[in-house]
Amino acid sequence: MQKMGEFNLPNFFNYPPYFTLQPVRETREKQIQLWKELIIDFCRTQKIFVIGLEEDFPLFSNPAIERSLSHEARMAFLSALVYDGRAEWMDKGHRKCLVLWHRIQDWADLIVNFVKEYGLEDSVMTVEEIRSGTESRGTELQGMDRTVLMRALKLLEHKGKLAIFKGSSADDEGVKFSL
Amino acid sequence: MAGNWLPAAQLTGSGRPVLQQGEVECSLLSSVDLFSEENPSFPHLKSGLVILTTHRLLWVQESTTSSPTAIFIPLSSITHIFSVKKSIKSMFASPRFRFQASLGEKGTKGMVMITLILRGKADIDSFLEKFWEAWRKRGWEDGVKYGSEASGSGLVSGHGSGGDGVLGVRMPVVGVAGILRKEQEMWENTDKSLQEAFQDLNALMSKAKEMVMLAEKMRAKLLSGSTSQATGTNDEEIGTKEEMQELLLSVGIVSPVTKESAGALYHQQLSRQLADFAKIPLERAGGMINLIDIYCLFNRARGTELISPDDLLRACSLWEKFDVPVMLRKFDSGVMVIQSKSHSDNEVFTRIRSMVTTPDALRAGITASDAAMSLGIAPAMAKEHLLAAEGKGLLCRDVSPEGFRFFVNLLQEVDADDIFLLIAAELKIMESIIHGSKLSLLPGEIEEA
Repeated sequence: MQKMGEFNLPNFFNYPPYFTLQPVRETREKQIQLWKELIIDFCRTQKIFVIGLEEDFPLFSNPAIERSLSHEARMAFLSALVYDGRAEWMDKGHRKCLVLWHRIQDWADLIVNFVKEYGLEDSVMTVEEIRSGTESRGTELQGMDRTVLMRALKLLEHKGKLAIFKGSSADDEGVKFSL
Repeated sequence: MAGNWLPAAQLTGSGRPVLQQGEVECSLLSSVDLFSEENPSFPHLKSGLVILTTHRLLWVQESTTSSPTAIFIPLSSITHIFSVKKSIKSMFASPRFRFQASLGEKGTKGMVMITLILRGKADIDSFLEKFWEAWRKRGWEDGVKYGSEASGSGLVSGHGSGGDGVLGVRMPVVGVAGILRKEQEMWENTDKSLQEAFQDLNALMSKAKEMVMLAEKMRAKLLSGSTSQATGTNDEEIGTKEEMQELLLSVGIVSPVTKESAGALYHQQLSRQLADFAKIPLERAGGMINLIDIYCLFNRARGTELISPDDLLRACSLWEKFDVPVMLRKFDSGVMVIQSKSHSDNEVFTRIRSMVTTPDALRAGITASDAAMSLGIAPAMAKEHLLAAEGKGLLCRDVSPEGFRFFVNLLQEVDADDIFLLIAAELKIMESIIHGSKLSLLPGEIEEA
């Protein structure tokens, strides 16, 4: 099986038609399904949150068979993810895509679990601490995309489970948990 | 059906008469009754298609259900044609005319007065005129001469061939042979004394003797021309000329259906003729042929009597109504083809499937030209087949800078359909091939893997 770093690529990765957007509807649906699974899997294991459509993305080309996805195909696969709620366009031009292998709600749940596990129910943390602090090391929250994190925190704030406030430094915000 | 009075005429698969050597259709009329007033034992033939040729008067039963039957009266047996009587009565009755013919087997031969009633909206005068003309021209005699000269098999015996091997004035041969004849005509026109002979067929008949001489002269000139040139430098040209002549003559449709001869029945008859014609090219092309190709072939065979693409299309679309072995088919891409009814897509799909599941094709796919070669058809057609197979989910495509290739569809989910079961089995083979080939293709990666 071909590997990309630690990631095991599926057999389909060596199948040239996999890289051509299929015109026949049923075939294309199946192809898109396979690609969606691959993209989500890959992003989860590699902790990739943002895919730039015009940038090099390792999944989108296979030098072994000299095939790469066309812009149209990339659009199609990412749009399918957006449609499923597993991704979001970050700009109007659809050039950057935020991949949510966990939905925002799931991320929020993960944060709540993390807070409970570490007994931080009433404490204060900075946003940056949640992403890269010692407490979150080894959890899924480590290295989390700031945008996604802020979205999850806003969701929790909305539910009254925490409060976000401006911190002392301009580039960081504090979070007061109140679970 | 016609007892021993009238011989049965041979019909082609699509219901067109099989013409004799040198026979040309002159006119067609639908809904014609044919019977004898005096002779009750003569069959009463109701509402049929009458085809007048230079040799015969054919009557074809017009029925859509069963295969049509047909009889004919040789023009040579006709002894008299009566002109239409203009009377008050004829104003109201369907137009009719009578002729006398000597019919029957040897021994029981007898004169029969036959009446033709035209039930359709046909112009009886013009038909009668053509009938007269055909009868008087005695085209069948030339046919006999021509036939015995060409193949040695006399078609209808009993007529003295007065020519004694001399190539007489042939009846107007249409088709490609017509082109050759036209060229001759041009030379002949230089002789002003004979010009009128070509403008008026009656005058032509009267000047037949001169014409025979002229034709003989022409032929001699042609022959001497070719021999004198053959001794010269460009005998290659002569070879190609002769070859060309032979080729052209071999492909010509002797009696193309024209608007003039068939009138209102034009498209219907054209359609039938096309169905007959398409058989051989279809076989050669593997059961399916592009409409454009058949258009070229058909018009080439027709020589001077060209048809328009629109006529061709109309003729093809009429096939649905007849019991003919060919059909018109339109692909999703808009390409239109003619295919024989016995041709089936599944057969082609089976062949494509076996083509794409070979180890090479599993790895590299196939192109339209690969398919064209193994199917023995034109690349454009092969592509249509591949696209159709793709539409069925049998194949999927790979578009790369190297070109457009088709692979067996492994993206489809395994279906109950046996095709997909097969593909699932092939998937395992494919895995091993990919990995096997990867090692051979990319030796540098062996260590990495």
